Parts: sequence; structure tokens; C-alpha cells
Amino acid sequence: MVDPEYLKFDTLSLHAGQEPDPTTGSRAVPIYQTTSYSFVDTEQAAGLFNLEQPGHIYSRISNPTVAVLEERIAALEGGVGAVCTASGMAAFHLAAATIMSAGDHVVASRNIYGGTHNMLNLTMPRFGITTTFVDPRDPEAWRSAITPETRLLFAETLGNPGIEVLDVPLIAQIAHENGLPLMVDATFTTPYLMKAIDLGADIVMHSVTKFLGGHGIALGGVVVDGGRFDWAANDKFPTLSQPYDGYHGISFADEYGHQALSMRARAEGLRDFGAAMSPTNAFHLLQGIETLPLRMKRHVENTSSVVEFLEEADAVTWVSHPSVATHPDHELAKQLLPKGAGAILSFGIAGGREAGCRFIENVQLASHLANVGDAKTLVLHPASTTHQQLSAEDLVAAGVGEDLIRLSVGLEDPEDIISDLRRALRASQKG
Amino acid sequence: MNIECRGETINIATGGVEVDRDLPPVVLLHGAGMDRTVWSQQTRYLAHHGFAAMAVDLPGHGESGGEPLSSIAEMADWVAEAINEIGLGPAHLVGHSMGSLISLEVAARHPGAVERIVLLGAAAAMPVHPDLLGAAERNEVLAPQLITSWGHGTRAHIAGNPTPGLWMRSGCQALLERANDGVIFNDLAACNAYEAGDVAARITCPITVVVGSEDKMTPPRATSQLVAGLSDVDLKHLDGVGHMMMIEVPDRIRELLLDALQ
Repeated sequence: MVDPEYLKFDTLSLHAGQEPDPTTGSRAVPIYQTTSYSFVDTEQAAGLFNLEQPGHIYSRISNPTVAVLEERIAALEGGVGAVCTASGMAAFHLAAATIMSAGDHVVASRNIYGGTHNMLNLTMPRFGITTTFVDPRDPEAWRSAITPETRLLFAETLGNPGIEVLDVPLIAQIAHENGLPLMVDATFTTPYLMKAIDLGADIVMHSVTKFLGGHGIALGGVVVDGGRFDWAANDKFPTLSQPYDGYHGISFADEYGHQALSMRARAEGLRDFGAAMSPTNAFHLLQGIETLPLRMKRHVENTSSVVEFLEEADAVTWVSHPSVATHPDHELAKQLLPKGAGAILSFGIAGGREAGCRFIENVQLASHLANVGDAKTLVLHPASTTHQQLSAEDLVAAGVGEDLIRLSVGLEDPEDIISDLRRALRASQKG
Repeated sequence: MNIECRGETINIATGGVEVDRDLPPVVLLHGAGMDRTVWSQQTRYLAHHGFAAMAVDLPGHGESGGEPLSSIAEMADWVAEAINEIGLGPAHLVGHSMGSLISLEVAARHPGAVERIVLLGAAAAMPVHPDLLGAAERNEVLAPQLITSWGHGTRAHIAGNPTPGLWMRSGCQALLERANDGVIFNDLAACNAYEAGDVAARITCPITVVVGSEDKMTPPRATSQLVAGLSDVDLKHLDGVGHMMMIEVPDRIRELLLDALQ
């Protein structure tokens, strides 16, 4: 039996979306630090504005450097297209605003990044879009939360901060049985660990700032269009299936079919909301993606060493990572994440909140900051930072106890990471 | 727009404008397992450049009703009927791959329906690799993967989509994955069984044939054999381009169509 001659993941990480610059021969992706682009003539300009022909008009809508990053991430995820944004939050908003309007409803996992939870819980209701939060491990909760107004199911591939593994095929099936798309935030897994579209997700978003970039120097987000969802199969998605006056009555589903979401997200979403990625950030993020497979392999190996240490540490009361046999999603992780369940873990520290604070203040190699997925090891106390806007009740529902420490395992020598943790744990118990 | 043909509703993309009945009609025919959207980079452009552009979803494809037709001859007869239903008179036919075979047959069997034919990725015979045919018969994802793999030139497997953010490989695969079960096999079987016979000798309208130097599905050699039997033919070569040329190099195909149709 013959096989498709597709370029492999590592090759795509280096090459997808870029050819050497035809004018200068530049092998590296040039930074097109420009706001706008000269038109050939009035006819070409009119064609560009009317979507008759592709090309760049203004860097809020598209930019050649950003386009390389978009094509590369789409290639790695197996999506038909991608649209980059100024941040991960902007990516979530772009996707949501492209497919939904006032009166629509979302069913979302309750175990998601605090910022996304805030947007769904507090901000989007001001614009008429409401959300029901559910236990991501409870399929019946997903099913029963769907209403006639529901337009989107949303979850993270690995929950935050409890590292719940999303059963993507199952939740996608529930979505599709109801004529709805599933969007996943795959920031913690990256396409190296999980190809969510192959598993059934329809839209994948990332904070590119995290593992994809890997260096913690540039903000960015991306919406990847899986291209398998039929937006015209029912009347739930008029922004994609009905004529749009913004481009003389265009119907994106009729014109672009499987690429409708990508095209509308750019043509309307970037044009009108304007949360565009800067070309310099795109350049930095591309440098990170070139080494994504190498870095993720090392992240996973180091995480394995750190988990092993924490499980034996006296000051640690529990460790939550899908690689741990007692984790509720251990078997699911082996099935869906065969290369590893990421480099984010959480653990409980003996002594609760005070011990947690002492631990954070005593790490020296690990950095205390509100980020994950850096090449450097990072620690955070979510109850006092990323999740501080949540009420006590929501904190419990989101699985964020006061003793919880979140760890993003970096690429340092694992012995050095463990020495730092050992020292800080020892100090945490001397209250 | 929708038309009714043989009792089924047929979806036709018209480039976002109502068809102007005073403009010359151009009917665009997609390839095996695909739909109107393969022409998305040409339909809208033609519709705003002096043509009544109509990219058809063949029966059982895309948003059209009905079942896919099982032979190229049947498809050609159906297209002639559809052109009659549209009611704009003889049309320029632009066909890709299976659509090029249909165009040849329409020109031979229904010369009054056709003004000119433009054939992209064309050959007098289109034998299909047995592994591809088998995968399509079993509705395996391998079939879309093989068509995508062989359908694009080397460059298109790396980069080069002029539409910012679109990734051609997955675009093609996703399009084919959206086809209903059995559709890809039906179409490939129709291509595999096609015998041109004396079709070339029966065509009287002008013909433009476009060939990509890296086309593995209808290789330049096979296209040359077709062209050798045709009269009044204009052959256009595209270097570094594979079978999915209207997606791989949409700008060049747009220019070429505008040139050929004017």
C-alpha cells in the first residue's frame, strides 16, 4: 500500500509557509515591518478590497511575515488555515466573535485559564453571549448544557491548572451530534503532543506566547481552522452561511466552503476588531517554532524527572500530572498524548497557603511569574494571581486550592531544576 | 444561485454577484470528489471582470442534491442539460481533472452548448492507482491524503499560497474529507474507466489546455498525447506546478483564464 508523501512534522516546523525571499534570497523569514502595501494599479486595489484576488493591503489584516507563521502553524496542526492575533486572548475573542452574535451561548469547560473564564463569565455576557460551565470529564454535563442557542463547545486540551485531559474525540462527537463545533485551546499540548483536529476538534487556538514561541519574548495568538465543520449544514451560523454586506453580499461558506472560518475571521475580525500580531513578534515566534519538536521532547523528559522527585518529596501532599498513575486521566493521556502529557503540573504543598508563599519566595532558579511554556522553569501560585478574580466558590469549582503550586517545567538540566525545588520545599516547611 | 436540474437542486457559486445575463457565461467544473470551492480564487474574479461566472457543484457534490453520476458521458450529458437550464446560451467550459474530461465530452457530444473549453490537468486517459481506488472504495482517509500528496507540486507542499494564512495541503485534504461516502470512489472509477475514443476528432470549438510541469496525476506526457489529437488548441505550460494548479498558482490561472476567454 502506498503512503502519502507528506513532509513530516520536524520538516514543517522549519519550512512550512516560507520560501527564500525571491528578491533578496534571504533564507531567514524577513521582517516586513510595514503598515501598508503599494497597489499595482486601481484595478488590483479594487480586486484586493473586494476579495477577488489575494494579497496584502494593510498589516492589521495581513502581513507577509505574519502569514508565514500562520501557514506554518496551520501546517503543524493540519488545519486549512490560520489567523494570528496579538495574543491568545485575542485569538479566543476572534474565533468567538466570528461565529457568534448576541443571544448565542457557549458550553465551556470550567477548568480553563482564568482570563478565558473571566471573558466568558463576565465580559461576553455584556455583549449578549452567555456561557454554561461544565465539568470537562462529565459527558452528560456537556450534553445537558447544550441549548437551542448554543453555538460553540470550548475546552482546553489540558485543563488549567488541574491538567485535566480533554477527551477530544468524545466531546467532538457530542458537539457534532448537536450540529456544533468544538474549539480547543491547545496551548499546553502544542501540535507536537496532540493533533487536535485529527481527533475531531474543529477550531484550535493557542497562546503562541507559550510553548510554540518557547522563549517568553513575544506575545501572540492564533486561531486554526480545521476545515471539516460544515457551517452551512444548519441555520446556526449566519455569519458564515448568509450574505454579508461588509463585502457586497458575500457568503463565506458558499465562496470558500471549508475555508470559510479562516476567511471571515481575517476579512471581518482582523479588519474590524484589529487585534493583529506585529510582524516582529511573528518573526520571534517563528524562531521558536523552528525548534518546537526538540524543545517539547526535552520539556516532557524533564517533566517526567520532576514528577518523579515531587512524588517522593515529604513536603508535597499531592502531584497532579496525567503521567502520574493516580491521575484520573492517566489512561486517557496514554491514548491521546502518547508523546507525553505536557510540561505543566501542579502540586499541593504541606502547610497550605503560607507554605506555598514561602516556597515561591525561595525558588532561585525557577521564576515566579504569570506565564507558562517558557524555556525556563516557571512557578506560580494561581489563587493569588491568574485565578484571583474568581470567587471562593468558582475557585473550588475550577480545582484551585490555596495550597496549589503550578509548575511549568523548563529546559534546564533536570538535576538543577530538582535541586532548586528541593531547596525551596525545605524552606517552605520552616514557618 | 440554485437551479433545478433533473428534479434536484443544484448549487452554483457566482462570485458573490447575481448572474448578469448579458455577460458571456463561464461554467467551471471541479475534479473528482471536490466541489465549486476549488475555483474560489477564480470565480469571484471572473464575475467582476466581464463574465457570468458559475462554479457548479456537480450532483452529489458540495451543496448540490442528487447522487453523483457514474460515468464521464453521463456527467457530460448532465452538464449540457444544466447549461440549458441556466439559459444563457453556449458557455465557456473550464474543467479541472475529471472536469476536463467532462468538458471534452460536452464539447464532443453537445457542441451547441459550448463556446470554448479550457482544460486544466487534462489527459485522454486517467488511469487511477489501484491503491487509491481501493482506499476510496473503503472511504478511507488515505484516499484524500493520496490525492493531496500527488496533486500538489513540490513547492505547494512547503509554502506559496498567496492567500495569507491558508495551508494548501490541509485545504485539499479537508475538502475531499467533506465528500459524502462513496463520492470520491464514484468519481475516480469514472475517470479510470474513461476512454476518449474519437472524442478529439469530434470537437470543433477552440481549446486551451494548461499543463503543470510537476503534475503527477495527469503528467505532461499524458497531456501531450491528448493535445496531439486536438485541432485549434492552445497549450500553456506552467513550470513548477502540480495538478491542483488553480489553487497552487491562482494568480497565474486567473490571468490565463482571462486571456483565453477574451
